[in-house]
Amino acid sequence: MYVAVKGGEQAIENAHRLLADRRRGDRTVPDISLDQISGQLALAVDRVMSEGSLYDRELAALAIKQARGDLIEAIFLVRAYRTTLPRFGASEPIDTGDMKIERRISATYKDLPGGQMLGPTFDYTHRLLDPSLAADSDPASAAERDADRGPAMRVSDILGQENLVEEDGAASSDDPPDITRSPVEFPLERETRLQALSRGDEGFLLALGYSTQRGYARNHPFVGEIRIGEVALEMDLPEKGGTTVIGRLLVTECQMVNQFKGSAKAPPQFTRGYGLVFGQSERKAMSMALCDRALRAGELGEDRTAPAQDEEFVISHCDNVQATGFVEHLKLPHYVDFQAELELVRGMRAAFKETRETVDDNPQPEAAE
Amino acid sequence: MNPHASGFAAYNFAYLDEQTKRMIRRAILKAIAIPGYQVPFASREMPMPYGWGTGGVQVTAAILGADDTLKVIDQGSDDTTNSVSIRKFFEKTAGVATTTRTADASIIQTRHRIPEEPLKSGQVLVYQVPIPEPLRFLEPRETETRKMHALEEYGLMHVKLYEDIAKNGRIATTYAYPVKIEGRYVMDPSPTPKFDNPKMNDSPALQLFGAGREKRIYAVPPHTEVVSLDFEDHPFEINRFEDTCALCGAEGVYLDEVILDDKGNRMFCCSDTDHCEQRREAGHSGARAGQGLEASQ
Amino acid sequence: MANVATPAFTGGFNDPVHGSQQGFRAIMEAMARPGTLQTPDGVTAPAPLNPVSALVALTLLDQDTSVWLDSGCHGQADVADWLSFHTGARIAQNMATADFCILSNPKGVTVLADMALGSEEYPDRSATAIMQVTGFEANPDWVCEGPGIKGQIDFQPTGVDDSFLPVWSQNRAAFPRGVDLILASPTQLAALPRTTCIRKAREM
Repeated sequence: MYVAVKGGEQAIENAHRLLADRRRGDRTVPDISLDQISGQLALAVDRVMSEGSLYDRELAALAIKQARGDLIEAIFLVRAYRTTLPRFGASEPIDTGDMKIERRISATYKDLPGGQMLGPTFDYTHRLLDPSLAADSDPASAAERDADRGPAMRVSDILGQENLVEEDGAASSDDPPDITRSPVEFPLERETRLQALSRGDEGFLLALGYSTQRGYARNHPFVGEIRIGEVALEMDLPEKGGTTVIGRLLVTECQMVNQFKGSAKAPPQFTRGYGLVFGQSERKAMSMALCDRALRAGELGEDRTAPAQDEEFVISHCDNVQATGFVEHLKLPHYVDFQAELELVRGMRAAFKETRETVDDNPQPEAAE
Repeated sequence: MNPHASGFAAYNFAYLDEQTKRMIRRAILKAIAIPGYQVPFASREMPMPYGWGTGGVQVTAAILGADDTLKVIDQGSDDTTNSVSIRKFFEKTAGVATTTRTADASIIQTRHRIPEEPLKSGQVLVYQVPIPEPLRFLEPRETETRKMHALEEYGLMHVKLYEDIAKNGRIATTYAYPVKIEGRYVMDPSPTPKFDNPKMNDSPALQLFGAGREKRIYAVPPHTEVVSLDFEDHPFEINRFEDTCALCGAEGVYLDEVILDDKGNRMFCCSDTDHCEQRREAGHSGARAGQGLEASQ
Repeated sequence: MANVATPAFTGGFNDPVHGSQQGFRAIMEAMARPGTLQTPDGVTAPAPLNPVSALVALTLLDQDTSVWLDSGCHGQADVADWLSFHTGARIAQNMATADFCILSNPKGVTVLADMALGSEEYPDRSATAIMQVTGFEANPDWVCEGPGIKGQIDFQPTGVDDSFLPVWSQNRAAFPRGVDLILASPTQLAALPRTTCIRKAREM
C-alpha cells in the first residue's frame, strides 16, 4: 500500500550522522583544534564574534568548527547560544580614544600625533600565493615598537578642536537600546541603527557602501581614521565602589569624514559616518561607516534617492541570520500551497483553451477586447 | 532551572527563559484583545532558522505546560521533516506528551494547514507565519502599512484583488488569502490554502499566530468572525477537488497530488495524514487502498 | 492588621516556571473567552491583594513593566514592596503611563479612560487593569457579546453595579484603543478584553 513519506525522524538522524562524518573528514588527518582556529583563522573568528554579537573567541572558534567553516552558520550558532544568556546590565561606553593601538591609519593627514601605524594588514602585500605556507611555517618574529607611545588622539577630535566636524551626537536616552530585546520601530534612533549595522552582514554592507561610492547616494567620504586595538570594558558596579574594568576587547573603529555644505541653520562642517565592530575587520567597519552616513540623509536634509539611504530597506535586510533563514526556508515543503497553484493554473488554462476555441469557431476579431 | 540539555548551558523548561516567556505572554494577551492586529514583540533568536517556525515555536514555548499534549504538523502531516524536528525540540526541552491525533492535542502547532477534524473548545492552534503583514506585497514599508491599518485603509487590497479578476477572470490568490477579523483588521491567515479559510471563522479553538523573523504575534479568539475578502459579483470560493482520497476515500478534504511514475500517473490523497489514518482505521478506504506503489507501475 | 503575616519577601510561587505557566493559561483562557470563570491556584500576598490578583501580577509583571496601584493598595507599603521584590516591576506614579493598574476596589473603575489606551497605530500599548472583586454573581444581571463568546454569555462580578456599564461602553467605543480588564476574586478570575460589549440583561 502507498505510504506517504514516513520515517522523517530516522532520516534526520541519519543526515546528522553523515554531517558529523563529513565534518570530521579523513580520520588520518588530525582534528583541528579550537586554538588553531582562534589563532590561525583569527579574522574568521572576529567576523563570527562581530556578527554573532558575542565577544568570545573560544565559542566563535567552536562555532566555526561545528559549521564546517560556513561563517553565517557559525554566526547563527553563536546567536542562538547568546540569546539564552542572562543579561547582567550595560557596560560603560568604551573609550576608543584610550585604545591600545595595533593599527591606526588616517587618509586625511600625511602625519599626525601618534603616527600612522600599519599593523597586521594585508595592504601592500602582493597577492601572490605563498607556497611556503603550504607546509608548517615559522615566520620571523614581528618587529617590536620602540616603546608604547600611549593613546593617540582621534582624528575626529583633532577636527573637532576647530569645529570643522560635527559633534559626535548624543544618545537619545541613558538607557541603551537593545535590538535583541525589543522589536525595532521605524524610524530608528541612530544608536539603534548602528547596533543593527554592527551585527549586519559584511557582504551586504560592503555592497551598499560600494553603491554609495558609485553615485547611489554619493557623500564624498574620506577615511578620517581607522584604528584597531584593545579597549577596556568598564562597568559601573556600585558594590565594587564604582566603575571597574571587567575585560578588554579588540575592536575596529572607522570614522568617515564626509562633505557637507551646511544649511541656513548650520555653518559648513564635515559630517560623520561611523563604524565599530568586534575584532579586526576594517572592511566591515568602513562599509558600516558609509552606510551610517548614507542613512543619515533625512537628518541632514538630503534627498533620499538611493537604496543605501533607505532605512527600512537596509536595516530590514542586513541581518544575515534572518536572511539566510528565510531564503533557505524555500526548500521546506510547500506542496500544499503548490497544489493550490496547480489547481488554479489548470483551471485558468482550461478557461483559456475554451475561450480560444470559441474565438476560433466564431472568427470576429472586433469582438475580442 | 530544568537542565534538559547538557553542554554550555542548562536550558529552561521549553527552552525560553522566564522573562522572554512573560514578554511573549503579554503580547499574546494584547493580541487576543485586539483580534487580527499584529502586536510587535521582541522575538528571540531561536536554535532553528528564521523562516522555519521560530515564531510559532516561541508562542508554543510561552503557552506550553507540563500537562499539555502537543501535535506539530507541516503541510498537514505529522511526519514531514520540519514537523518532526519541532516536535522533537519540545519533547527534548519540555518533556511534554506529543500526539499525532488532532482530537488528543491541547496545542497544535501548524505550518500551512488547518486540520480537517473540527477543533474543539480548549484547543489552541499555533500558526507559523513567514510574512504577517497582508499588505506587505502591496506596500513594502512598515511605516506605511501600520498607518493603513490604523486608518482602516484597505482599498489597496481590494484594488489588487480586483486587478486579479480583471486580468484572470478570477481572484488568483490561492493561499495566504486575506481575511477580515470582526469587521476591522485585515489579516494574513499565514500561507494556508484558502481552502482552510472557512475553518477559521467562528472556530471554538483559540488561534495564535507567531512570526519570529518579522517579530509579530496576532490572534483570533474563539467564536470570532473571520471573513475572506471578496466582491459581490465575485464571491469568495474555495477550491474543490474532483478526486477523492485514494487511500481513505474522503471527499471535501484538501488533497496532495502524488506523482506515481514517470508516465504521468498520479493519485490524490489526504494532506491531513492524521485524518486519513483515522478514517482508514474506521474502515473507510479509497480506490488505491491496499495496493502497493509497485502495482501502479 | 491583616498584612502582618506577609511581609515583602514571603509568598510568591513555589515553582515559578510552572506556577506562572498555569497562571498564564488561566488568564489566556479568560481573555480568549470573556465572561467565563477560571479557577487557578492563587498565591499568598499582603493585603489588600487577593490570592488571584497576586497570581496575575506575578505571572505578568517583571522589570520590563510598570504598575500603578490604587489608593487601597498604595497606602499599604507592603504591597509595593512585595511586587517590587517578587517581580521587579517599577511602581508607576502616573496611571496614564502604567502598563498595569491594580484596582483593589472595583469602586475605582470610573477611570478607565485615564489609563493608557494605546494609539491607533499601536493599540497594544495600552494598560491592562487587574480589578479585584469579591466574587462573581450566580445570577448575573449583565449579558456580554463579542469575540471569544459563542452567542452571548451572562456575567457579572459581585459588587460592581451598573455605573460600570457606561465606563465600559466608553472603553469599548475607543476600539482598537482601550484597556483590557482582568477581574480577580479571591478564588477565581475572568477577563473583559476591550472588544466585549456588555448590556443589562432585561434591557432591550
